[in-house]
Amino acid sequence: MELFTNQVLAGIATGAIYACMALAVVMIYQAIDHLNFAQGEMAMFSTFISWQLMQWGIPYWAAFILTLALSFIAGIAIERILFKPLAKAPVLTNVAGFIALFAIINSSAGLIWDFTIKQYPTPFGSAPFLGSQLISTHQAGMIGVTVLLLLGLYFFFQYTRIGLAMRAAASVPESARLVGINTSWMIALGWGMATAIGSIAGMLIAPVVFLEPNMMGGVLIYGFAAAVLGGLTSPFGAVVGGFLVGIFENLAGTYIPGVGNELKLPIALALIISVLVVKPAGLFGRHIVKRV
Amino acid sequence: MSAAEEVVAEGHQAVEAVPKRAMTLGTGTSLVVLAALIIMPIFVKNFIIFQMTMLLIYGLAVLALNILTGGSGQFSLGQSAFYAVGAYTTAVLMEHFDVNYALTLPIAGIVCFGFGFLFGQPALRLSGVYLALATFALATAMPQLLKLNFLEHWTGGVQGLVVTKPDAPFGLKMSQDMWLYYFSLVVVIGIYILAVNLLRSRSGRAFMAIRDNEIAASAMGVDVALYKTLAFGVSAAITGIAGSLGAIAVQFVAPDSYTITLAISLFLGMVVGGVGWLPGSIVGAAFIIFVPNIAEGISKGLSGAVFGVLLFAVIYLVPHGARQVAILGQQLAGKLRKN
Repeated sequence: MELFTNQVLAGIATGAIYACMALAVVMIYQAIDHLNFAQGEMAMFSTFISWQLMQWGIPYWAAFILTLALSFIAGIAIERILFKPLAKAPVLTNVAGFIALFAIINSSAGLIWDFTIKQYPTPFGSAPFLGSQLISTHQAGMIGVTVLLLLGLYFFFQYTRIGLAMRAAASVPESARLVGINTSWMIALGWGMATAIGSIAGMLIAPVVFLEPNMMGGVLIYGFAAAVLGGLTSPFGAVVGGFLVGIFENLAGTYIPGVGNELKLPIALALIISVLVVKPAGLFGRHIVKRV
Repeated sequence: MSAAEEVVAEGHQAVEAVPKRAMTLGTGTSLVVLAALIIMPIFVKNFIIFQMTMLLIYGLAVLALNILTGGSGQFSLGQSAFYAVGAYTTAVLMEHFDVNYALTLPIAGIVCFGFGFLFGQPALRLSGVYLALATFALATAMPQLLKLNFLEHWTGGVQGLVVTKPDAPFGLKMSQDMWLYYFSLVVVIGIYILAVNLLRSRSGRAFMAIRDNEIAASAMGVDVALYKTLAFGVSAAITGIAGSLGAIAVQFVAPDSYTITLAISLFLGMVVGGVGWLPGSIVGAAFIIFVPNIAEGISKGLSGAVFGVLLFAVIYLVPHGARQVAILGQQLAGKLRKN
């Protein structure tokens, strides 16, 4: 039993990483109705920027805030420059655009900061949390930040005019335009917010997985899986999905014989698909009703 | 969320409705392309012939994805898994059972058809992003499954298997590469003709009806579940045959040659070639084979970025892929004829 609780705790700790990433994925999905394959790379690039700022002697929290602002602006710029012209192109062409963006960011980060692994500082320290060997204060802090972020987003989307406008623009663009919402800028704003959230995820994840251009590869896959499991329309679902995926992954690695590190990912994904077969819109997602 | 808040989405399609006439080339153009493909190897070096063989093979794999996505409107990021199954079927049959290489192709096709058809069953309940994730899971799982210990006797584990390259038969004086090129060409043309006929048949119309409006299709009496899984099966079978040809051409199969990167490349090939336009498959294949090399040539350190920029350039200029170029060409030709 102790092994079980320990593994669940460890799962929650890794799950916090996935939850962060999944939250960013869901944010952009809400704003633009696509999954952004370059999301992880954008987060990685933001993290590198914050690292560079710290190398220049700026203290952690100042670098954190500055990176958030820069990421927000960069997200809007990417949307305005690269993806606005593709707004009328077919969906699959947009997906190809995300893959192109992925290649560009990954390769440029490799050229600027090279592929060696870098240490990244944590603001929470890495001592054991409340005497537990499995969760460090950093991981506890990460869970705390994720929950705060979720609450903040909930209030933003439910109780502010601009949050309402963003929701309207994403779900029924035509009607939203009729009531005077600038849907095009709402999309740009969604990109900015998603990039900023991604940068928070990146800065929280970097102390755990270390900083390097390919650090987000695995995390993004789990992040997508978590977002889809929780339901792409629900930020709350994304966070729950993230924790669930973390726990699944750990338990599968411990209890199913013959599952080494290599098979953890396929098994976690297989489990998620079985959940989806039963609940096709994810655990907390809204079922989209189509007009015939 | 309460039921009252449910969103009613207008029936917008993820995949464009391409009419079936617009899916192929005219007879005249087809013959010109065919002639070029037949004559070309006589004038070039062996390495270029090898590259052209790979072009045909990837073209075939993109074609398979095109039937699935452009034809029946289902999305797949798992094509690399079917490709791997085809490649391994051929490698295992050739190396462990001494089966003739030509015979392994139909066997690989049948094995992959079964695999794709079965995978199509759970995929039935999923669509869009959810289907993408499911197929993506398949693609990430495949290399790991091929590395499993108890399969190692057959698959060679991480090391993979070496495949012997066949000689030209009937005492033909032809290099192995050239023979393999013509062999692949015959297979690819055969499958292309079958694919065109499939899309023009009753089944093809059923695929397109499902792509354009699933509910309307089922109201017309199309067995949606059957045809969706059938599309998966056919696509997997063709991808599997491409995989077997690939194994013979590269002379080597290993789990890490069939990762998600391959599936993403095939997807890019389909987009660049034009979703739902079968001849575009070969254009898309050319893009995914040659453009990374060109990018590497321009800048070693930034090859990924150059590739991304080139890809962006292509999708800006022609968001509908090579199909758009072909349509423009046709319109231009039509105007010239009128004058």
